Amino acid sequence: MSNNVYVIGAGETKYGELWERSLRDLAVEAGLRAIENAGIYSKDIQILYGSNSLAGIINGQENIGSLIADFSGIAAQNIPAVRIEASSASGGAAVREAYLAIRSGEYDVAVVGGVEKMTDIFGNEVLDMMSSLLDREWEAFFGATPAALAAISARKYMKDFNVKKDALAMMSVNDHANASLNLNSHFKNKITLEQALNATPVAEPLNLMDCSPVTDGASALVMASESYMKKNRLSGVKIAASAISQDYLALHSRNSLYTLDSTKIAAKEAFKRSGLKPEDMSFVELHDSYSIYGLMELEDLGFAEKGKASTLVEDDIKINGRLPVNPSGGLKAKGNPLGATGVGQFVEAFLQLSGKADKRQVKDAKYGILQNMAGTGSTSVVHIVGGD
Amino acid sequence: MGELSRIWRESEHRYRLMGNKCGHCDMVFFPIRDVCPHCHRESIGKMKPVELSGKGEIVSFTIVHDTPPSFVRQRPYTLALIRLDEGPVLTGQIVDAEKDAVEIGKRVKSVFRKIGEDGKSGIIQYGYKFVLE
Repeated sequence: MSNNVYVIGAGETKYGELWERSLRDLAVEAGLRAIENAGIYSKDIQILYGSNSLAGIINGQENIGSLIADFSGIAAQNIPAVRIEASSASGGAAVREAYLAIRSGEYDVAVVGGVEKMTDIFGNEVLDMMSSLLDREWEAFFGATPAALAAISARKYMKDFNVKKDALAMMSVNDHANASLNLNSHFKNKITLEQALNATPVAEPLNLMDCSPVTDGASALVMASESYMKKNRLSGVKIAASAISQDYLALHSRNSLYTLDSTKIAAKEAFKRSGLKPEDMSFVELHDSYSIYGLMELEDLGFAEKGKASTLVEDDIKINGRLPVNPSGGLKAKGNPLGATGVGQFVEAFLQLSGKADKRQVKDAKYGILQNMAGTGSTSVVHIVGGD
Repeated sequence: MGELSRIWRESEHRYRLMGNKCGHCDMVFFPIRDVCPHCHRESIGKMKPVELSGKGEIVSFTIVHDTPPSFVRQRPYTLALIRLDEGPVLTGQIVDAEKDAVEIGKRVKSVFRKIGEDGKSGIIQYGYKFVLE
């Protein structure tokens, strides 16, 4: 019997500014939805991975694995529950850990729950906390924020490749169009190119419509071995490949301001392991925390030459286009609850590949590629899902 | 954000741009590294302190409007990546320049300035910023 790994269930909360919901409350809701969706019972879970980035400084809560297990009602089962942290790539990293645990033969059923509760703190205080995913001593100390560093990349990219701001804005327009079809998304409004170009500046040349919002939310998956799935007559979506890579922490230490080496290497590895090519992909979920990253990532995943992703933004990236990008609504419009974001990409992939994505269903979806990234590119996790 | 010892520990590097150099391949680093990422084991015990000139050029920059609480009074400020003549690239603010005067490729030099403070009665943090040359 092969040791293939499948996602057999997925669930998530609504993403948004959820003042009335707590960290544990969100995690439990997503987890229970995923378990119910998988058609298993909580007694069947053998290991739990919690994914979270900033609960320690935002909510004053660490020990997230225990918290989620306890309030999901499985404390008395005494199963392992740990937290995986890789900043905003925590979600993808946690899925990968579960994938490895199942592939190793040690476990047959794992639950991955990603959660972030970001609105329990004032707006610009959360910005300082988000800056903790940068190099605190040598970037944030001098006034760098994630948006500022993305803007520094954007300015250099636009100059070197003669790309206009429109190309970046179109990524956000596409995200909002897709999110308007997603009941769980943070934003449901469509935006026009003009609105995207003329929003309040955040870090020039980036404005409010180039930046993912501060989002509360949780997403969860149930993952299982192929043998367990078949023995129990369950169904699921196969994880065809999983890869992760790392780069220097600080942007100023990297080889390039607009090549994400960690994404490039992880993508290459994922394509190699799955035996698939970029043209085999039916859709892409990108970590576009800032619009410029969407363009850079399309290039580094192998969908365009460096500096040429702007040729895809007019039509290709739409849901009915040649290469649908972020059918979920992406980080800009579905939202970016850090620890949940990478798991949320899998929730979308699960829906798309089970043909249950409703109004945003990509036609004949067969394979999807999911790219989840930490900060300005220090870690990238790339998964390819789909196939038999 | 910042405790006394942390600020004190880094003061030499932030006040005088102290970097270091790998004795095996001569690559210069800022901030200092205990291990050279190119020579690994060969560099251990061979990393030597080196004071940097503070002169360099702008690789890219942004004007920051949305800031953490400790930078609110400085907004909007110009933040840049600067390639020092000795090789390392670092992150810092460009000050005392008209907005339109800052461009990619322009020469800058470091100046000693206040970076921030821990509240009204807390420690004042100093370090480098840059001005156009």
